Amino acid sequence: MSDPVDPYEELTITKGAVVEPGTSLVNKTGSWREFKPVIDQDACTGCGLCETFCPDMAAKAIEERTYAIDYDYCKGCGICAEECPVDAIEMIAEVN
Amino acid sequence: MQQIRIHGRGGQGSVTLGHLIAEAAFAEGQWSQAFPQFGVERRGAPVEAFARVDDEKITDRSHVYEPDYVIVQDPSLIEFVDVCKGLDGEGTIIVNTSSSPEELGLETEATVLTVDATEIAMEHIERPIMNTALLGAFASASGIIELDSIESVIMDTFPGEIGERNVAASSDAFQVVTGA
Amino acid sequence: MAEMQMLKGDKAVAHGVVSIQPDVVSAYPITPQTGIVERVSQFKADGELDGEFLRVDSEFNACSTALGAAAAGARAFSATSSQGLKLMSEPLFTASGMRLPLVMAVANRSLSAPLSIWGDHTDTFAERDGGMIQIYGEDVQEAVDNLLMAYKVAEDPDISLPALSTMDGFILTHVKEPVEIYSEADVAAFLPDREPNFTLDPSDPKTMGAYARPEHWTETRYAVQEAMLRSKDKIDAVVHEFAEQFGREYGLDYRGLIDVYGPEDADVAIITLGSLVGTVKDVLDEYEERGESVKLVKIRVYRPFPIDELRAALRGVDAAAVLEKDVSLGYQGGLVTDLKAALYNTDVRPDIRSFIVGLAGRDIQRREIREVVAEMQRLAADPVSGTVAFEDEESWPQVREDILEEVDQS
Repeated sequence: MSDPVDPYEELTITKGAVVEPGTSLVNKTGSWREFKPVIDQDACTGCGLCETFCPDMAAKAIEERTYAIDYDYCKGCGICAEECPVDAIEMIAEVN
Repeated sequence: MQQIRIHGRGGQGSVTLGHLIAEAAFAEGQWSQAFPQFGVERRGAPVEAFARVDDEKITDRSHVYEPDYVIVQDPSLIEFVDVCKGLDGEGTIIVNTSSSPEELGLETEATVLTVDATEIAMEHIERPIMNTALLGAFASASGIIELDSIESVIMDTFPGEIGERNVAASSDAFQVVTGA
Repeated sequence: MAEMQMLKGDKAVAHGVVSIQPDVVSAYPITPQTGIVERVSQFKADGELDGEFLRVDSEFNACSTALGAAAAGARAFSATSSQGLKLMSEPLFTASGMRLPLVMAVANRSLSAPLSIWGDHTDTFAERDGGMIQIYGEDVQEAVDNLLMAYKVAEDPDISLPALSTMDGFILTHVKEPVEIYSEADVAAFLPDREPNFTLDPSDPKTMGAYARPEHWTETRYAVQEAMLRSKDKIDAVVHEFAEQFGREYGLDYRGLIDVYGPEDADVAIITLGSLVGTVKDVLDEYEERGESVKLVKIRVYRPFPIDELRAALRGVDAAAVLEKDVSLGYQGGLVTDLKAALYNTDVRPDIRSFIVGLAGRDIQRREIREVVAEMQRLAADPVSGTVAFEDEESWPQVREDILEEVDQS
């Protein structure tokens, strides 16, 4: 998908301060991470609990029963790793 | 008057750090003031907090634009935020990082000091809450507040074992902050 | 005498409230005052507040509850900001007409739209016609002290009006600084028990909030006006009594309605209110050191309007700048408008310029204050004669014109 337009860039004040929606897509909160989740695809059973629990919709199905992390938005909260019933997700320190 | 600016992320206790600096200074008989740059305070978002310390009453309520000290709680902020803004050659910036001041490559004439406050916090508190460690580092670097005052304000804010662990973290950081 | 302690502004006010021990606190949260009512609720839970703490479903309710409590003879308190104050507006105006002394702490915050949680004075200025006494605090200490003084003024049986005791949202509610909180004993010595003119008592029933016909309504309104004007002398007495007991002085030479800093014969004046007073004071110290003639006029009480004090403070001033965080849309800032009206029929006629600044928490830098002073100094040296165009009388120096889509080209 193409990069969403950042409404803050060149923001102008419309009548009534009406703005384009979708700012959550522009705010790439992946930069907040200190630890990133890594899915071991061999161990993964495709249950989808990571997607269910992810507060940022960053753990997603990319194909049927195959899950991946969208690192643009993943904040590294670790909930997916906590909830995975087969421990297929490991939190690895980000290398700065 | 000394002006301090703190850069952190929501949830890292930046506001508390500002408060602790102000409270420690007050405990030593100084006048002080601490306030956040009021923003949308959500976990992880970049935040700034300010503190001022003086021997007489402070009436200025504008933000700190010419800090004497800058404290950076999260080195990942450096890429997105101009943490050195307003610092001149007389100032000091303290960064929480395992890198050395040279490795950080900050473009500033101020003194750059580093301390691995996260590691110190993990050791004593077992959580990456490094604001009290940075408090110790700041005290050591600036000489504005004493270790004793820090200990007493930490114990007032976090009683019991939590307080003691935070005190240990701050004393540890007090000893180890290194400069370029 | 209490000792100084480091407290966050909202917590400090809560401590003050608990020392005052109101009979009824009605609480509804809104940023940035929530910390006040939350801390009071904590005091209540800890058994330190004897009165009722009522959690209500809106600010309209919070104020109506306080009104009902006051009608029953209770000492009532609530706190609000912004849209909450707008919802309280109806019962506040009513309480004034009913001559009920409720005291509200207002953490000043801008009015929507757009939504803003940050501080300015648009909220209280929008209520200035209602017959509520309005007192502005420069710092946390003053905000706490004003609350106590507000009760003493409001509850005087000859005054008996609602009062708003204000502090800038975030700037003062969320700063931690040294403050002295009066104790319950201090309050008992300062604030007499409330003696209401009337109460709701089934054994001696009265009708309150009655309907008034054309032949009576004017007189009731006139009586409120008279009470508002009388309150100036009461405020005078109270600030003196406060100074006597607590040693803190608030505008003693000006009936507690304004205060003035800097050389008395200054030819340039900066007029403002709220927390901005503190930053202006700091900047004007630089001018004093250089021997430049600039004074600060701090408005403490906005309603009733301090006409005589402002006329006196501005006599001999050549150029005055009003810095305010509000505007009466379609005209100009409320403070400057009232000021110019107060000077109209007098020979006190400085050149006056107004500046709308700090809306929705936009920081006012020291540099910006210096720019205003410089402009006034130029004006004092080179006065303008004849008509001043509207757009030259008032400016919005912080406006970023490059992001406006609708720009008036006239």
